[in-house]
Amino acid sequence: MSLSLEIEDVAWEPVLHDITLSVTPGEILGLIGPNGSGKSSLLRCVYRRQRPDRGRILVDGLNVWAAGAGEVARRVAVVTQDSPADLENSVEQIVALGRVPYLGGLGRLTAAEHDLIEDAMERCEVRTLAHRPYARLSGGERQRVHLARALVQQPGLLLLDEPTNHLDLRHQVGLLRLVRSLGVTVVAALHDLQLAGAACDRLAVLSGGRLVADGPPAKVVTAELLAEVYGVEAEVTHGPDGLPRINLPLAG
Amino acid sequence: MTVRVAARRVSSGRPGRRVTLAGAVALLAMLLGLSLVAAVGLGPVDIPFADVWRIVLGTRDAPAGPLAVIVRDIRLPRVLLGAIVGAGLAVTGAVLQGVLRNPLADPYLIGASSGASLGAVLALMSGLSWLLPLAAFTGAMLTFTVVLLLARDGGQLGVTRLILSGVAVAALAEAATNFIVLNSPDSQLRSALFWSLGGLSGTQWGDLPVPATVVAIFVVWFWLRSAGLNALVLGEEGATSLGVEVNRLRVRLVIGSAITVGAVVSVSGGIGFVALMVPHAVRMVVGGDNRWVVPLSAVAGALLLVWVDVGARLLNQPDEIPIGVITAMLGAPFFLVLLARANRRALS
Repeated sequence: MSLSLEIEDVAWEPVLHDITLSVTPGEILGLIGPNGSGKSSLLRCVYRRQRPDRGRILVDGLNVWAAGAGEVARRVAVVTQDSPADLENSVEQIVALGRVPYLGGLGRLTAAEHDLIEDAMERCEVRTLAHRPYARLSGGERQRVHLARALVQQPGLLLLDEPTNHLDLRHQVGLLRLVRSLGVTVVAALHDLQLAGAACDRLAVLSGGRLVADGPPAKVVTAELLAEVYGVEAEVTHGPDGLPRINLPLAG
Repeated sequence: MTVRVAARRVSSGRPGRRVTLAGAVALLAMLLGLSLVAAVGLGPVDIPFADVWRIVLGTRDAPAGPLAVIVRDIRLPRVLLGAIVGAGLAVTGAVLQGVLRNPLADPYLIGASSGASLGAVLALMSGLSWLLPLAAFTGAMLTFTVVLLLARDGGQLGVTRLILSGVAVAALAEAATNFIVLNSPDSQLRSALFWSLGGLSGTQWGDLPVPATVVAIFVVWFWLRSAGLNALVLGEEGATSLGVEVNRLRVRLVIGSAITVGAVVSVSGGIGFVALMVPHAVRMVVGGDNRWVVPLSAVAGALLLVWVDVGARLLNQPDEIPIGVITAMLGAPFFLVLLARANRRALS
């Protein structure tokens, strides 16, 4: 199940200015742009963390700011950059929290839900860590635990804020490949342009809180864009797959 | 051994053959029941358990006379109140530690306990001792309201602000209480001091209904919110993304805690460390899942305070030791063990 996302004239002064963006069901959209360009803020508006001053956000036609928090959480899951690190809870307990939007007060899990949790841990390669305290995990392991928790939420739209931040190369590739295989709509804020180009169907570029470019990776990642948005002189070539390759001349 | 099994099963979270929450609560509740009978029998005058049973059940062969009076009018209400107070304090500690995401959180941290002491001492000194519970409850609610107002951060409840303002307001209330106690006539000094250290002596049946009702309601109310409380471990971002209205949940749980504490300390006086110790002890055994920690803390808190009160009656005869003194003597070493464990974890 994958859901559409419509962002209509969303503004949150002074960070976001009139952003309109639509993502079709099943699409993988990369959100790129320099630090402070508003990527995280835009995602926060979508997952009901930061109410925008103006504009509407619709997930599968549901206005997220008019709907209940639980209703949104059953459609949208989020993996954020930094979550508390000092948790005594076991990995399995953290992953199981993904069922919170579906539970009543006492939150009993059914056998099917336990299977779902096991399966998500398996897919994210954290099943062997199930009984370890979360506090003892490495940054990369934590990130995968949170992805597993997000999968347990069974979202139709997955939001990722710098999901590859703490991951080594193997796990970066593994995570993005996994995300692509889920068949859900994904919006991911990413820093690594080359990785973003390879992982996403489409890239949207934010700069100073405005949407400045939007299109397939090969069209968006250009030397002009890098100069204009990031202020970096770089060469952009295209590989045999048509995807952008960025060469940063650092020496002399 | 059973507790170990429980811990493993909970953390594995698999359905099937395991110690269930209902089983664990039932086990502790049974233990509590036995403790209540035992505690009624223990005191300056020892009463055999069989006699306690007969008097409580009102059988025909029950001993009459002074023994019956001691059991029915003195010991029984006192022991029951101990259980209620222990349950109320411990459940509040469990909730506040979860809401504030701070292992040191307890009712003193939100100003309620100190406010209750101030209200009670004011009532004592102005000769309105019949108003004492009401004055203590009002004091708790007033100081807590001040703390809550100070903790507001742009319409949201700021957790760090709540802790800081709670500490400040509590210190102020305690200073005022101490000043009043020190300037009170000798005749009232003792009762004021005893009150601020906590105690259950002189409990009458009339003291029970209000705290019993409040504690019963809020234990269930907290329990029904324990899944949301679990989500709060992920912090504001994480809990929000799980569909928890974080601010609303926090405000409600903190207000519920203050009401519970106010109702409890208004009859027992300030009893420290119970709210701090019990939830940690429960977590050590069953893990961090609040669906378990909240109800089990309530029963374990009741159990602890019933026995501490037995100690208060027996250890220093013919005088009584204020309960708060005993809980502090138990609590301080417990606290150090907790610290040492935390350190070891940080180092490993």
